[in-house]
Amino acid sequence: MRAFGRAAPAILAACAGLVLATSVAQAGDIVPKIPIDRTKGDCVLPGDQMRREHMNILMHRRDDTMFKGIRGGKASLSACLTCHMVKDEKTGKPVTVASPKHFCRVCHDFAAVKVDCWSCHKSVPEETDTQAALPGGMGSKQSKFAQLLEYVQGGRK
Amino acid sequence: MSDQGARDRHEQARRDEIDEARREFLRNIAAASVVSLGGGMMLYSMGGEAQAKKPGEPLDPKKRWGMLIDTSKCTSGCDKCVEACKKENGWEAEPGSETDVQWIRKVDVKDPLTGFMASLPVMCQHCANPPCVDVCPTGASMRREDGIVRVNMHTCIGCRYCMMACPYKARSFVHEDIPEEKKRFHAPMGKGCVTSCDFCAHRIDVGRIPACAEACPEGAMLFGDMNDPNSELRKRLKEIRSYQIRADLGTDNGIRYTRLP
Ligand code: HEC
Ligand code: HEC
Ligand code: HEC
Repeated sequence: MRAFGRAAPAILAACAGLVLATSVAQAGDIVPKIPIDRTKGDCVLPGDQMRREHMNILMHRRDDTMFKGIRGGKASLSACLTCHMVKDEKTGKPVTVASPKHFCRVCHDFAAVKVDCWSCHKSVPEETDTQAALPGGMGSKQSKFAQLLEYVQGGRK
Repeated sequence: MSDQGARDRHEQARRDEIDEARREFLRNIAAASVVSLGGGMMLYSMGGEAQAKKPGEPLDPKKRWGMLIDTSKCTSGCDKCVEACKKENGWEAEPGSETDVQWIRKVDVKDPLTGFMASLPVMCQHCANPPCVDVCPTGASMRREDGIVRVNMHTCIGCRYCMMACPYKARSFVHEDIPEEKKRFHAPMGKGCVTSCDFCAHRIDVGRIPACAEACPEGAMLFGDMNDPNSELRKRLKEIRSYQIRADLGTDNGIRYTRLP
């Protein structure tokens, strides 16, 4: 079991390499090379399903957030864009959709898909986005005040 | 005659109630002023961890988010809440502009008869019966089950009926493209859609309080759950007489003010 666990990534990598090699051999250099950072964990679904289903996942999540207030997790837009961030070679900063290298543009440009998401949504995540509150309850400020009050009043009654 | 007596008794009981509420209020102030930031601190309270929502959970339809704005603490000229909102949600407004996006603004009001003045932060009032939702042809203008009224910009077609319907002028239309560097990730907005205060839904959903309430140096904005009898907000609402702007319209606002001219 253990040995297989260690060998699995190697096997997977070999397979991926093979697939890549064959697809490149078949389609030549026209097919865009999608930059994928595999160090941050798996995608919401396996790669082949993502290629087909990513728009549905996004739409579903969009409604979940708007109507039910569900946030965070892999399916959130900020997670997508964090894992799939592409850094500019020169500046080292993440590229925006203004650049054809942006993850969401590589395929879309190739397949002539135009999405309107970026007229509203920022295409690079911000660090402070949807950080959960500190354990002290709603808002860190309050918990600090509460602690202070507790201290001044001589502990919890 | 006996009718008159009953009315008197009723009146007396009501006065006693008010007196008791006042005493309670003063006691609380005295208790709170033990520490210098006392007043503010009470107003930040959300009523403990039980109320906070975790990011991945769906919202709780039993809640109704609301706010009590203590106008006696709100000074004319201070616009820290407005600035905080601008920063948090990435909008800008030229002073006096009628077309720029405005999620919250400071309004100085005066009773012409008595000269009594108050300075109020006015934003979306998060009505229980929101006229903006009634008139929306696509369902984009919506009221979340926890009381937050907002625009689902994905279905907004920019017709601006909601802007016409809102008695509080709380909604704005985005007339121009917003460049990438001015956008905030958690508050998307773009040309051709209506936007308005969403009570910082992105913060509430992860257990934080709205940016304006957090920024107020006087702690004049108490945010909380109006349906929870144990929340700090409800306790305060029980103590102090509070008012909704234009209560006569029957919109049942989620934002209440302690003093209105
Ligand atoms: C934890 C990191 C992570 C998150 C979060 C994530 N992805 Fe992925 N994504 C990956 C990895 C790794 C792959 C490669 C998967 C593979 O090839 O098996 C991938 C593959 C994809 C692909 C297919 C690309 C290709 O050509 O194979 C698409 C499309 C995609 N992701 C879109 C999204 C979207 C949309 C979201 C947000 C809903 C998202 N991803 C969230 C890591 C992530
Ligand atoms: C593997 C290539 C690929 C990547 C990477 C990719 N897309 Fe797509 N996307 C497509 C293709 C192809 C379509 C068109 C599918 C169709 O029309 O059937 C599409 C369609 C969409 C649609 C639906 C458009 C419509 O009008 O229905 C959305 C939304 C979308 N993509 C969002 C994204 C986002 C956001 C990202 C970046 C996180 C992304 N995509 C990354 C290939 C990709
Ligand atoms: C007119 C402006 C606008 C456009 C265009 C738009 N969105 Fe949104 N989107 C919003 C707003 C506003 C929110 C709510 C943000 C919040 O509450 O934090 C949102 C939220 C989301 C969310 C959930 C928040 C998250 O971070 O996971 C997803 C997913 C999403 N949008 C996907 C899309 C996709 C995909 C497109 C393009 C097809 C798109 N949106 C186009 C305004 C827009």
